[in-house]
Amino acid sequence: MFHKSCILILIVLLSACMISACSGEKSRQIPQMNFQEFETLLHQQNDTVYVINFWATWCKPCIEELPAFEQLNTEYEDQKVSVILVSLDFPNKYKQLLLPFVKEKNLQSQIIHLTDVDANAWIDKVSPEWSGAIPATLIYKGNDREFYESQMDFEKLKSIVKTKL
Amino acid sequence: MKKLTLLTTVILFAGLTFAQTGYKVGDKASDFELKNVDGKMVSMADYPDAKGFILIFTCNHCPFSKAYEDRIIELDNTFKSKGYPVIAINPNDPAIQPEDSYEEMKIRAKEKGFTFPYLFDDGQKVFPVYGASRTPHVFIVNIEHGEYIIRYIGAIDNNHTDAEAADKRYVQDAVNALIEGGVPNPEFTKAIGCSIK
Repeated sequence: MFHKSCILILIVLLSACMISACSGEKSRQIPQMNFQEFETLLHQQNDTVYVINFWATWCKPCIEELPAFEQLNTEYEDQKVSVILVSLDFPNKYKQLLLPFVKEKNLQSQIIHLTDVDANAWIDKVSPEWSGAIPATLIYKGNDREFYESQMDFEKLKSIVKTKL
Repeated sequence: MKKLTLLTTVILFAGLTFAQTGYKVGDKASDFELKNVDGKMVSMADYPDAKGFILIFTCNHCPFSKAYEDRIIELDNTFKSKGYPVIAINPNDPAIQPEDSYEEMKIRAKEKGFTFPYLFDDGQKVFPVYGASRTPHVFIVNIEHGEYIIRYIGAIDNNHTDAEAADKRYVQDAVNALIEGGVPNPEFTKAIGCSIK
């Protein structure tokens, strides 16, 4: 009797594991980071062009420009271009807003959820030119850095990236 | 004709530069006359007893503005009686952001029971002069020898998600410093916010 119930529990546990593994495959992994963890991505010393866009699901102009970054990510897939979409959604909106949004829009670029609320401590470290308004985009390769506190379109992104490749 | 073109270019350029930079701490600020949610026009000059103002560019739609609404009411409750009332200004163009229309402002002010004027920057003339770039964006004005002097620019505190968890209350500390006859430290901070539309 004891043996049987053990097997039953094992089966239930196993199937639960399998279900969670399946759903895990379907949903995107979006790491949540504080600024210290994120900061290394702002200072990569290699020959890749990093296009780092700061956005949020509630920011209308950000949502409008996301397709341009997605297009850049696709068209430059074979080149040394790395597109990173940094969500500034409120830390408690991860499951409620960010994950469903990414799934619905089927975003393919790398996404990071920056959850460090003490923005005054880190905005200048992204760029002293940044007032804190979003959308905002940092494009850099090594020490060649450009910062834009404005909405982007694909042609503009492409022309900036081309100069750095 | 050439001269005129040159002059126009110079004026345009000067205007552009001015619009981009706005005020810095220590600058003299201009008064404004904007329509409040009660239909009356409001200027800083309407407050003969004020020692200064907590001017806050904010709006209806922005989640950061919403997160700070209760804290803005609290600031007004604390500092109005001490001579530093809050004046809130919505800088957004309702043609782009319909939730920030004058009619919607009236509804929001009533819902939240704003204790301070909530003004509409109709035609977006005031925010570029101050150099506001996001909502919420605070400018603390101190009245010195009859002039409006900017003494602090920046964020309300350092935690938009949780007022209790904020361990730096920039605006509160800045106004208290002014009341005590000192100067705010820090006098300038940054925060994430919604771009002004």
